[in-house]
Amino acid sequence: MDIAFHLNGMPVRIADASPTSTLLDWLRETRGLTGTKEGCNEGDCGACTVMVTDGRGPRALNSCILFLPQLHGKAVRTVEGLAAPDGRLHPVQQAMVECHGSQCGFCTPGFVMSMAAAHATGRTDHDNVLAGNLCRCTGYAPIVRAAERAATAPRPDWLTEPDMATEGVGLPHSPATSDELATLYAEMPNATLVAGATDVGLWVTKGLRDVTPAIFLGGIAEMQRIEQQGDMLRIGAGVTISALAEAVVDTHPALAELLRRFASPPVRNAATIGGNIANGSPIGDAPPALIAMGARLHLRRGNARRDMPLEDFFLDYRKQDRHPGEFVEAISIPAASPALRCYKVSKRFDQDISAVCGCFNITVTDGVVTGARIAFGGMAAVPKRASAVEAALTGKPLTTLPAEVFAEDFTPLSDMRASAGYRLKIAQNLLTRYIHDLAGNVTSVQEVAS
Amino acid sequence: MSIGKPLPHDAAPLHVTGAARFVDDMPLPRGTLHLAFGLSSIARGAITVLDLAPVRAAPGVVAVIGPDDLAEIPDCSASVHDEPLLAAGRVNHAGQQLFIVVAETHLAARRAARLARVTYAAETPVLTIEDALVANSRFEDGPVIWQKGDAARAIDAADHVIEAALTVGGQEHFYLEGQIAAAVPQEGGDMLIHSSTQHPTEVQHKVAHALHIPMSAVRVEVRRMGGGFGGKESQGNALAIACALAARLTGRPCKMRYDRDDDMMITGKRHDLRIEYRVGFGADGRIAGLELRHLLRCGWAQDLSLAVADRAMLHADNTYHLPDIRIESHRLKTNTQSATAFRGFGGPQGMIGIERIVDHIAATLGMDPLAVRRVNFYRAMTGGDAPIAPKVPVEANTQIRADAAATGVDLTSQGQEGAARPAHVPVADGVQTTHYHMPVEDFIAHDLVAKLEETSDYAARRLAVADWNARNPVLKKGIALTPVKFGISFTLTWLNQAGALVHVYQDGSIHLNHGGTEMGQGLFQKVAQIAASVFDVPMETVKITATDTSKVPNTSATAASSGADMNGMAAQSACETLRGRIADCLAALHGVAADTILFRAGHVHIADSRIPFAEAVQIAYQNRISLSATGFYKVPKITWDRKRGEGRPFLYFAYGAAVSEVVIDTLTGESRILRADILHDTGSSLNPALDIGQIEGGYVQGAGWLTTEELVWNAQGVLTTHAPSTYKIPACSDRPHVFNVALWSRPNSEGTVGRSKAVGEPPFMLGISAFLAIQDAVRAAGGGLIDAPATPERILRAVENGV
Repeated sequence: MDIAFHLNGMPVRIADASPTSTLLDWLRETRGLTGTKEGCNEGDCGACTVMVTDGRGPRALNSCILFLPQLHGKAVRTVEGLAAPDGRLHPVQQAMVECHGSQCGFCTPGFVMSMAAAHATGRTDHDNVLAGNLCRCTGYAPIVRAAERAATAPRPDWLTEPDMATEGVGLPHSPATSDELATLYAEMPNATLVAGATDVGLWVTKGLRDVTPAIFLGGIAEMQRIEQQGDMLRIGAGVTISALAEAVVDTHPALAELLRRFASPPVRNAATIGGNIANGSPIGDAPPALIAMGARLHLRRGNARRDMPLEDFFLDYRKQDRHPGEFVEAISIPAASPALRCYKVSKRFDQDISAVCGCFNITVTDGVVTGARIAFGGMAAVPKRASAVEAALTGKPLTTLPAEVFAEDFTPLSDMRASAGYRLKIAQNLLTRYIHDLAGNVTSVQEVAS
Repeated sequence: MSIGKPLPHDAAPLHVTGAARFVDDMPLPRGTLHLAFGLSSIARGAITVLDLAPVRAAPGVVAVIGPDDLAEIPDCSASVHDEPLLAAGRVNHAGQQLFIVVAETHLAARRAARLARVTYAAETPVLTIEDALVANSRFEDGPVIWQKGDAARAIDAADHVIEAALTVGGQEHFYLEGQIAAAVPQEGGDMLIHSSTQHPTEVQHKVAHALHIPMSAVRVEVRRMGGGFGGKESQGNALAIACALAARLTGRPCKMRYDRDDDMMITGKRHDLRIEYRVGFGADGRIAGLELRHLLRCGWAQDLSLAVADRAMLHADNTYHLPDIRIESHRLKTNTQSATAFRGFGGPQGMIGIERIVDHIAATLGMDPLAVRRVNFYRAMTGGDAPIAPKVPVEANTQIRADAAATGVDLTSQGQEGAARPAHVPVADGVQTTHYHMPVEDFIAHDLVAKLEETSDYAARRLAVADWNARNPVLKKGIALTPVKFGISFTLTWLNQAGALVHVYQDGSIHLNHGGTEMGQGLFQKVAQIAASVFDVPMETVKITATDTSKVPNTSATAASSGADMNGMAAQSACETLRGRIADCLAALHGVAADTILFRAGHVHIADSRIPFAEAVQIAYQNRISLSATGFYKVPKITWDRKRGEGRPFLYFAYGAAVSEVVIDTLTGESRILRADILHDTGSSLNPALDIGQIEGGYVQGAGWLTTEELVWNAQGVLTTHAPSTYKIPACSDRPHVFNVALWSRPNSEGTVGRSKAVGEPPFMLGISAFLAIQDAVRAAGGGLIDAPATPERILRAVENGV
């Protein structure tokens, strides 16, 4: 069966495409649509941004790490399809011209698409919206001016996309239910599971690996739900980081704030919580927060299901307690975690990988610590709880701890992001920050104005 | 008149619709092949086995070119022919090119390039400054030393002496469009090259040299680059040469673009360095004597490093009069990427040294750094109608170019030793001179800084910052005002020339071409505004066209901020020639004096009547007047002896100043720029909108160099930050959220085009204010000196060092 989607308002069908052909390569090389640019080929610069619309509405995605089967049943819009058929510019395009938002012009199509997607959904938090688009010329100021200018313009009527709700349905290796996935994956346990492809994409574009056979998970609607189950929230593995951040903004503001700094909007729009857990990276941002909350992981193989505390899933560097044919089905977290605070330290505030991500969830009753769940990313080969720190805190008034306690828990590495000594120092200092934070003191440079 | 108007970038409507065509977007003939380099995985050693059989056998591979497949290995160097296209027997940095894969697709070429079986006899690489000093691994025989006065004696006699060092990291250009070139074979062995290069003539020259054909057989076209920043001054040569070789070999068009990781592994970056200083000063902060030692890591090949290091020395004074100074500059050869041009070309590296020193003096004396800056400023000059206008004999330039030609060196290259010639630059009474004996005749920093101090509310905010810091235990704010004085001209004198070619067609439309390249800076629009203004026709009348070595020959790189100054002047000259011919023709027909013929608002006025410009052109055509003209410009007054460090290397200086306010976190070292106020000298701006764009973008890029952007090599000399996932240029939220930019627009005292000033590089150094604001905040936290880039880790270390 062919991959079918809409491209700039027109239906297209693709037969015989490699399942790991990227949208970017197909647009540029097969369709001759060269407006969409390759800047980094790893989803870090945003030059390749396109707008993809499905039942969940329009959103910006990185076309360089988006495989063609992921588009089945959706509507894709590239920079060439943004202006009206009669040539009138989209308001964000017009504003970019008027506000001098382009210099060399290479990043511009990606910016325009991120801006158009935000315009379509009414978002005006421009710094967040544009966090995944790098510009080396302008210093961003004129681009934000353009976004502000365009924000009040009416949505262009020529951008209506057809109603297509057939994602993945009918394509090979594209299950529609968890049961189908369980059966298929048990039959082909060596297949690569592809959800958002924000990591697998790089195995292909940078590692030049053959990841076939691949099973595409985008069509499994039941794994994209968030459900309240008693005092727990069950989050399907296929829930995107964007959707999760939006869902927990009131119940888990600290998690939502951390997720706001998870990669970039186009990546968050594709990446799933299940993928972030299952790939087992020691520097993934979600696991430390989930561990600190006391999350339970739900795994499935065939008809067999099992649960475990999330921290038990991570065995060693890139090694998880996951059997062949077994997949992450969901994760459950408490319905609220009022004491949770998450601190990500990186060289750049937005769209960077943590040097250290420290997540603290400490319960103080009558002046004494009665419960402490503390987890770190970037401090060990896996996302890891700070057991010695937790023990040292428990049963006493909440206070800072000497570095030696943290050294009992962690022997971090030095790499291009930070030295071991700095990491250990930060881990210690983040506890200090937590105490200041609970006391209501200003602790983040992001909260300060001139 | 279009000159001086804030028009949008000429290609803006094309940019926003995806219609602006970059090299990779150009439709090429069917059968175009794609190239990739196989790269060295180690930093230094001999190649003992290079087995390319698996590469040749890979799917889609059409040809593989290894060093043994070439009768001679072409050179890619912009200077001294020390960059073989392919490593011949030895590798000198991790990421060096070993062989070329020619394949049916880009992906097939990349895949195959990883299949070579390479064995090395690895040697210990020279990586750090210390390594290089120990091994005496350097370019030139020893350090370059310039002296003025007697620094040691002045320091010894001073009230205070401090001695310290500052380490400053390099910087990846991170042009969004990576390096790319395509070669399309033509009949008779000629070659057409499309290249993303700032220096089409150099690409032409290097390709001709590689193919053993005359430059006239190679045509290089550049419509636009997706950013350059100096990174495409010499670094595109290898791709163009490889494409040309493969195109000749296969007879098919060949294209090569680096994957981002390859780009960052192969190409040079900004020079990192350590600046060691010993400075003597008085109780008022006035610098008595200064000894400086620049230690630059230049990488494995010379490239443009000598000129970069020279410019660092030339900017060691910034805005400060240093009567007794000694500078020693070491150009160290290391087994890393060959460091290259990057916006400022050494200027930022020189300037940050003296800014740190001034700041260090202020901290030592407990003074406001701004007061120390002022007391050391050069003497104020009027800047405008300067009463002091020393005359330099015009023939000086001619002499230098003749000398250079006689030596037979590569005239297209930058970074060669300038022809030695005693420099006699007259100095008028009351004018101070730089440490290289150039009179500073246009010094406007006193007025400019005073204005910025007022508009930015610097004094009150400084107090407010101190007050805020007293109330906040965890976070600390800092504020700094830093000035910029940047010299404008190529220090290699012969490069200060430009050409233009202008045609006027029968219908009155104008075809504009010049030697400058467009990399986003808006050069084409500025030059078009100049051209339209000469005829006073609407902008739509002027067609901007791609840079093309067959239209304007022997161009200099679009670099050194010189693009608009030089090409604008050349285009103006060509247009004036054409206007003069049309006027002469009409004057003769109407029996009036030519100077009474006026070109106004799309019309030509003759006596009491006026006709549309197109009609005037038609008349000229019918009277057999040539409607095509070249224009040429050479920068006047300049003369330079780089070995002695004497002369007038610059026609003028561009000035600016910035106030940055930041906040740091003393627990994590995280920082954020809260506000920036900038006042920047553009002379009479050719286009204020484009100039503001250069200033905003330059500031953020400069601040990025000194904050988030960190290049890390591992102990084996392999760059570990070779992608945007690990190398962090500023993102949207890193810009100052209060960002006030104003232009200081008094006319240039030198006779530049429209009395404007160059604006490409100077604003980059405004970012130094962000770094020194962080230093100020670190100090408020009780911390010590900080190195660059001020990553969270370095900030935290500096905070702790003081405790």
